Amino acid sequence: MNDAPVISLRGVSHSFGAVRALIDVDLDVHSREVVAVVGDNGAGKSTLVAVLAGVLVPDAGEVVVEGRETELRSPGVARQLGIATVFQDLALCEDLDVVENLFLGQELRRGPALDEVAMEQEAWRLLSQLAARVPSLRVPVATLSGGQRQAVAVARALLGEPRVLVLDEPTAALGVTQTAEVLNLVERVRDRGYGVVLVSHNMTDVQAVADRVVVLRRGRLNGDFDANVGSYEDIIAAITGATPVVRRPERTRGETS
Amino acid sequence: MTLPTVGLTTLDDRRAPGGPSWRQGGAVWGRWRERELGSLPVLVALGALGLVFQAFNGNFLSSDNLVNLTMQSAVTGVITLGVVLVLLVGQIDLSVGAVSGLAAAVVAVGFVQEGWPLVGAVLLAVAIGAVVGAGYGWLFTRLGVPSFVITLAGLLVCVGLQVRVLGSTGSINLPYESWLVRFAQQTFLEPAVSYLLVAVVVAVYAVSRLVERHRREVAELTAASLSAVALRVGLLAVILLVPTWYLNTNRGVGAMVVLFLALVAGTDLLLRRTRWGRSVRAVGSNVGSARRAGFPVRRVYISVFMACASLAALGGVLSAGRLAAANQGTGGSDTNLTAIAAAVIGGTSLFGGRGNAWSAVLGALVIHSISSGLTLLNLDSSIRYMVTGVVLALAVTIDAVSRRTRPLPPR
Repeated sequence: MNDAPVISLRGVSHSFGAVRALIDVDLDVHSREVVAVVGDNGAGKSTLVAVLAGVLVPDAGEVVVEGRETELRSPGVARQLGIATVFQDLALCEDLDVVENLFLGQELRRGPALDEVAMEQEAWRLLSQLAARVPSLRVPVATLSGGQRQAVAVARALLGEPRVLVLDEPTAALGVTQTAEVLNLVERVRDRGYGVVLVSHNMTDVQAVADRVVVLRRGRLNGDFDANVGSYEDIIAAITGATPVVRRPERTRGETS
Repeated sequence: MTLPTVGLTTLDDRRAPGGPSWRQGGAVWGRWRERELGSLPVLVALGALGLVFQAFNGNFLSSDNLVNLTMQSAVTGVITLGVVLVLLVGQIDLSVGAVSGLAAAVVAVGFVQEGWPLVGAVLLAVAIGAVVGAGYGWLFTRLGVPSFVITLAGLLVCVGLQVRVLGSTGSINLPYESWLVRFAQQTFLEPAVSYLLVAVVVAVYAVSRLVERHRREVAELTAASLSAVALRVGLLAVILLVPTWYLNTNRGVGAMVVLFLALVAGTDLLLRRTRWGRSVRAVGSNVGSARRAGFPVRRVYISVFMACASLAALGGVLSAGRLAAANQGTGGSDTNLTAIAAAVIGGTSLFGGRGNAWSAVLGALVIHSISSGLTLLNLDSSIRYMVTGVVLALAVTIDAVSRRTRPLPPR
């Protein structure tokens, strides 16, 4: 993990009216790394996800993708730059079937018409890579279970080989078994060489899969821990604000930029 | 870089029963087993209506009456087709009747009073529809005004314009020898031509199914069995041949009916086989998801409002041709609600995302069957309104209940 970060946020700030949701936030994501972003309610996690996904253009700060400064103006641009996001609500269309959802907005075409055969073939490939089980590719997503929908949403994010996968609270709505499945999924995705940003409330999940833990508190960065070194208590303290800012010595801002 | 696929059962599940549609090798009737009722209730209703009215009055199923029925349904159906599109994106256009009336007035005044070429007048009328639709789309997407308010306002504006365009006369007759009136009233396909058309449609369908089957097999996906394809093709042939034969025992298949069915078939292809169609259904199903998937949501809304108002205008032109006149009542009274009711009765959900172009055909047939049957029974329009209202309530109830009882995810 000594290579340059795939994506860096530099000094990103955003306000909603008088509310400062993000203040001067830096974030580096490397390939083959799971970065957990944790924080209390209202810490700015969802805003950070929106910025990475291109849903929200921040007021200030820069986004550097593979060494080049860019602007994530829209979800489409973010995708093209290799940032795929799995939203907390999964952003699926309930009435559409699995294949239609997997290729939503990125349909394969054959002339002017959609190429259903190629899409279905690719859908099988993607879902089996994730070892995901769905009853059929041609049932509306509304009929799938929560874990199956999660798998569909993750598979969709992996379509077109992104560099970074952003997961917003992927286990918040899931049961124990399904949570384990999703965490397995996260590890498999990382092992395939992607950078993963895992936004979560759940410290158990974070400790299970994260390589690095970044803490947000009231819109500011309030700690950056190596998951193998930082203790549970340190992280909780950073989340609640019981300690001042803790930074890992080897990844200070001066070194990485 | 592939992973060991632990616990991978998906490959066997390709043959999971019940799930896939018949094209993926599922049962020919697969979809109806999983509470996705689709067109089944309306087909049952149509059959029941036919039997009941026939029992009371032997003329109902006569070929003469059915020819009239198809011609009436074609006019309403063109307007309904537009409403189906708007409902698919989860919006509504309450002004389709007024837009059709305005279009009829423009054609009549332009052609009869101003002496424009008829083609020009028709094109102008449809273009006015498109402009009205674009206005709705702009107001809706840019200013966020709810579509039912915009289109309600649009209804008033269009009715006002219609009265203004018609001027003091209030009613203008179209000459019987103009091609529009002849097309809408007297043009029927020669029997030989109609059978040829059926043969071509069935052949195209069969070839496209076989090509798809072949491609699926090459791609090692489950494909429909040859017998399933044959069954489907045979079914289509029967569905097309029997009415064609029966109508041909009278005046035949109206040119307007063919135009309507062609519009529906074209729209159906656009909806199912193109990116635009996919975006329409995605927006109707969940607009937030569609936006985050990168669809141009605003453009989708605007295109749909434009298509709807243009089709409404075309329907108005056809109705002017069919009645050989345009007056202040054209597109008024029940045209609006009939067209919207037909879309819902045909099986398009009021909640967006679910429905198909063919529901315009089925819904228009149901509405006009009721109207024609009650007229044959010498019952006046009061009963017709009430019966249509009850049928509409029934259709919406089926829609709402099927949405509610649908298996929800455990989250």
